[in-house]
Amino acid sequence: MHSSRSIGKVFIYMVLILFSAIMILPFISMLLTSLETITESTQVPPLLWPKSWLFQNYMDVWNSLPFLQFYINTFAVVILRIICAVVFSSMAAYAFARIKFPGRDALFMVVLIQMMIPSQLFIVPQYEMMSSLGWLNTIKALVFPGLVSAFGTFLLRQFFLGIPDELEEAGILDGCGRFQLFVFIALPLAHSGLVAVGIFTALFAWKDLLWPMVVNMSIDKMPLSAGLASLQGQFNTNYPQLMAGSTLAIIPMIILFIIFQKQFIQGIATTGSKN
Amino acid sequence: MGISRVQVATQSMQVHPKNKKIRNKKHIDYAWGYFMIAPTILGLVILNILPLLQTIYFSLCKYSGFENPRFIGLNNYAAAFHDSDVIQAIINTLVYTLISAPIGIFLSLIVAIVLNTKIKGKSVYRTIFFIPVVSTPAAIAMVWKWLLNYDYGIVNSTIKQIFGVHGPNWLADPKLVMTTLLIVGIWSGIGYNMVIFLSGLQEIPTTFYEAADIDGAGPIRKFFSITIPLISPTMFFVMVTQMISSLQIFDLIYMMFITNGAQSPALSSVQSLVFLFYRYSFETGNKGYGSTIAIILFAITMIFTAIQLFFQKKWVHYD
Repeated sequence: MHSSRSIGKVFIYMVLILFSAIMILPFISMLLTSLETITESTQVPPLLWPKSWLFQNYMDVWNSLPFLQFYINTFAVVILRIICAVVFSSMAAYAFARIKFPGRDALFMVVLIQMMIPSQLFIVPQYEMMSSLGWLNTIKALVFPGLVSAFGTFLLRQFFLGIPDELEEAGILDGCGRFQLFVFIALPLAHSGLVAVGIFTALFAWKDLLWPMVVNMSIDKMPLSAGLASLQGQFNTNYPQLMAGSTLAIIPMIILFIIFQKQFIQGIATTGSKN
Repeated sequence: MGISRVQVATQSMQVHPKNKKIRNKKHIDYAWGYFMIAPTILGLVILNILPLLQTIYFSLCKYSGFENPRFIGLNNYAAAFHDSDVIQAIINTLVYTLISAPIGIFLSLIVAIVLNTKIKGKSVYRTIFFIPVVSTPAAIAMVWKWLLNYDYGIVNSTIKQIFGVHGPNWLADPKLVMTTLLIVGIWSGIGYNMVIFLSGLQEIPTTFYEAADIDGAGPIRKFFSITIPLISPTMFFVMVTQMISSLQIFDLIYMMFITNGAQSPALSSVQSLVFLFYRYSFETGNKGYGSTIAIILFAITMIFTAIQLFFQKKWVHYD
């Protein structure tokens, strides 16, 4: 009995270590390559360890592309989208869940419909809207499609549905109006849902490539994803600098993730659990 | 003695003293309701519903984006179904989805199950698995492009060391590019579903397993009789969302198989419907045809989801 359990444990650790290695080796390779010279990186058989520790690669990439601008654009878009998604979705979700106004179910269908449609079907008309408003190539255009979140509304509605009626009735007895019930009773109870919506919105916003590519013409208005794509045009075979660029692109998110990993993981888990 | 009208009226006022006040309160409540949903509903209509109708209209038009759209009926659709690129893209998209989704989900589940046991350093592993998820696909594609580089990439160099033959052309061999895409796609998605599965697994009460232990059930029996049925709602959610997401694959294709505007000779073996949509709508200025492709994708997505919903009753265990 004892030996079979330890064999099981050894097997488990082997699987974990093997899988983890596969997950992380590409990033380690990216880091190591980014510090090599071009000749070192193209050596066959490949070097295991950079010889030159060419941090200059990072300086070169930083100087040839407006990375600071990429960071600013990305963070601006992400933060704006999070605020809009959380504020508007929570209001709508609360109303759908707890106020029995006429037409409620029909209007909720609008939310459900949007969730079923692939986002590419909205892109051409949205592009034309941005074009006619003169908003192409601005942060406004990048944020625009994310102003409202059907998914966020759906998810938060599940949370608000689960609030016991007695809590709201107590609030009413205390003299709360509808909006105060929302802010002081419902919102705190849906705290993990709000975090989930925020994280989900953030993840989608900074990974999105298609919309920034459609809407951005000049490179200094691009967020990280599209900006990195343009890097390919410049450093054709300078692999170390390509790797340095990739590292610069993902490092901030990884650092943020490691700091807030509990919230991240909890947020993603929440989107899958209330179904 | 009869009761006078005045007395009846007074009595009814005493029983329903606040009729008007209640009605007003209800109306104020409705007003709040409409007010609170207004931004979202307005936004959804302007940003999504109207654009959907417009895209449907564009798909029935010849539209380059410069002049007004010209209605041509179903010509775009007819052209699309005779277009070998489109047919191939449909096949590519379906192949990618039908292979990457089950394999990815299976691997995520295995990792989640393994992480759900009593082992040390759980959060470290969880973090490692999730890092590809928080990395922008543009960067992931670049890194893998480098790993799979024909001449200098680690993968081919390792193959050369171990097997003595030069490794294959991952990014340009038509027979191999789909495999390449699958590998990178599955690799970058495992962490996400793993987290969802972990949370689902943690909701299974340990008392079930303890009871099974008492009954003498082995690990395999426990897996099939307890874990699988109780994780099936989560599994269903993951399958539906993963399929929908895989059908929309674009970023990795665009970043891995095009370099400096020069595309891989094998691009047509791997380009997806969304990729063609982007190409037609924004690179060759054929927005009508691009919209048609988007609608085709929509139809495929609906069919997939409908099929899954249909089979849901047969294998998903809800209590």
